[in-house]
Amino acid sequence: MPDQALLHVKDLHKWFELRKWGFIHVGFVRAVDGVDFDINYGEAVTFVGESGCGKSTLARTILGLYQPTKGEILFQGKRLQKLGRWYRAQVGYIQQDPYGALPPFMNVKRILLEPMLINRWGTKTQRERRIREVLEEVKLTPVEDFIGKFPHMLSGGQQQRLVIARSIVLNPKLLVADEPVSMLDASVRVEILQLLQGVQAAHNLGVAYITHDLSTVRYFSERIFVMYAAKLVEKATVKELIRNPLHPYTQALLDAIPDPDPENAHKFKEVPPGEPPSLLNPPPGCRFHPRCKHKIEGLCDQESPPEYEPTPGHYVSCWLYR
Amino acid sequence: MKAAFKELTRYKSAVVGLFILAFLVALAVYAVITIPYGEAIRLWRGSEAMWRYNPRTAAPAWIDYLTPKRLLRTVILGPDDAQKEVEVLSERTRRVLITYQLDYKADVFPTELAVVFKSVYEKKPPRVEVIWKTPDGREFSFGRQIPSAQVHWYTVSQDKDLITSLHGPPEKVLFQDPSDPDRPLKGLHTIIIKAYVFEPKADIDAEVVVYGTVYGIAGTDHLRRDIGVALLWGAPIALAFGLGASFGITISSIIFAAIGAWFSGFVDGLVQRLTEIRMVIPTLPILIMVGLFYSKSIWVILAVLIVLNLIESSVKTYRAMFLQEKRAPYIEAARSYGAGHLRIVFRYLIPRVIPWLIPGFVLAVPAYVFLEASLSVLGLGDPVLPTWGKLLSDAFGHGALYHGYYYWVLEPAFLLMVTGFGFTLIGYTMDKIFNPKLREI
Repeated sequence: MPDQALLHVKDLHKWFELRKWGFIHVGFVRAVDGVDFDINYGEAVTFVGESGCGKSTLARTILGLYQPTKGEILFQGKRLQKLGRWYRAQVGYIQQDPYGALPPFMNVKRILLEPMLINRWGTKTQRERRIREVLEEVKLTPVEDFIGKFPHMLSGGQQQRLVIARSIVLNPKLLVADEPVSMLDASVRVEILQLLQGVQAAHNLGVAYITHDLSTVRYFSERIFVMYAAKLVEKATVKELIRNPLHPYTQALLDAIPDPDPENAHKFKEVPPGEPPSLLNPPPGCRFHPRCKHKIEGLCDQESPPEYEPTPGHYVSCWLYR
Repeated sequence: MKAAFKELTRYKSAVVGLFILAFLVALAVYAVITIPYGEAIRLWRGSEAMWRYNPRTAAPAWIDYLTPKRLLRTVILGPDDAQKEVEVLSERTRRVLITYQLDYKADVFPTELAVVFKSVYEKKPPRVEVIWKTPDGREFSFGRQIPSAQVHWYTVSQDKDLITSLHGPPEKVLFQDPSDPDRPLKGLHTIIIKAYVFEPKADIDAEVVVYGTVYGIAGTDHLRRDIGVALLWGAPIALAFGLGASFGITISSIIFAAIGAWFSGFVDGLVQRLTEIRMVIPTLPILIMVGLFYSKSIWVILAVLIVLNLIESSVKTYRAMFLQEKRAPYIEAARSYGAGHLRIVFRYLIPRVIPWLIPGFVLAVPAYVFLEASLSVLGLGDPVLPTWGKLLSDAFGHGALYHGYYYWVLEPAFLLMVTGFGFTLIGYTMDKIFNPKLREI
């Protein structure tokens, strides 16, 4: 239903060309290789997957920072390539490293002013008022204490609050949060996640939350997409996925979450052997088959599995459910 | 910036450098205020008439305090120092006697003698004569002549008849002690100008100029010009040239490097190739050719220098910084909220590296100040402007060191070195502050 979805992504590919000496074609790094999903208005979805599976590339492609190699992205039913600068104001971007994400030579006021100036947002007084509003919203109060500070004068948590403030200053409809808490202290992670959740609920934002850490998922997302080697292998609601993981990779991922049970001291956790495949030369068929204990010879290593829906709303790309 | 300045004052070397810079700036401001640009050019290019009362190649006056000998400052005896008597001889003719007293105390001989006759007449000029009485009572009479103009310079030192009759240069013979010809006689000289005027309304006044061996705070050159003017005006020109060249070249190189690094691909290649071409083109010969065939104006040379260095070798260094910086997450964030290419180059990339560039900019200033001086010494200095390099060039051209006019070379050289020293001190200290890795060294 592309018309109802805030963001509709269909068969998205992002390949990076590798060249030798600048002109001899060597191959493609298939960072995103055929991805379909929808994000509805006001819905938070989580993309989970291990490092190097293409999550960040997917985020940047959604943001329009990368041109998709193939496939299309529809935002409110319109093709992204045609939207141009207007689209920039409709999505907010929260990065992993809060200090790196803030220009060190600009103060808080300037940092928040930049997006508004670039997008010619409001009048001078409206902009001043908006800066106060967002700073209060992310609880950088009293505003006067923060407005003249430079990023290095803020703590990691405050920096990330400022990044969130910047991402919502233009009243976007969609937030893309690429590992927003992975570089923060455990003590401020929860605060930031709660803040994100509050912001999302207050403005009815669509959120694409990208993480490698399943333990942070339950804070605000409704649906969860599991990504493995540039493809989405399983899509379900959070509850359903945790209760009933279908894809062998998801099962392994959930098993890997530490569980504070004293019994565990005597148990050996089974981890799939091997490493994630190279995205330059992905294995044929299902990309997980070299590590999968349920591998079906002659099928899994030959053909890529289509998407099945064993229970309503729970999609999985695995031959086990054919 | 404020914090950086405060930190700068914590280093003694930088404080010394800042004092030197403040001194140079004060000198420059003082020069521009007291002697306007046009006036400076007029003074420096003016004919010898403008400086006629100054001694030639005189050392600065403060040398007097450093030597045991008492040196001579120029003495100008004018109508105010004179006693004037008028005696009517006939209906038309009057005799005017102007008497001067010169109390000579110096241990050296004057360098020149001159008498200026200022007469008022309609048709018939007066007749004049100089009578010189030395302290020991000898009396010389010379300069019997008819002034050829209303203001007539009688350069006693060049009066050939007098030189012959005195058997030596007048400024020496008139002042020497008969018992010891190498020493001047101290005491009271009396100079009487005896003049006859032939018209009822005619009148005459005279000035006796005894040229000294020292002058002013900086001395004079071969054209009697006050070197102080050039030392003073050299400061604003050196600062303008050095800062202008350094600023223009640094800024343009940064911009080219940032554009190349940001757009990459063809644009980057173009900037890199142009930089490499520029690196093998020598600047000095081109500047010499511009000076020879086009214009020696310092401002033209400055413009040519900046244009030649628009893309200079430091583009390579800056590019390396930008290549690292363009991958920073905040640049990506800026792109995500819609910042365009130009905004990213000028608002995000360039401000980020400016702290690293300031020391280089400051350190480059003396190089360009010296370049201007070198061009002047090569004879390609601005012909109308007084600069430090021009002074060196003149001194060099007139054998200053051979003749012992050390002050002529040392004064501009000292100021050049002080300028270089000041900027270097500030630059290296800034380098320490902005590049913390150097702090331990």
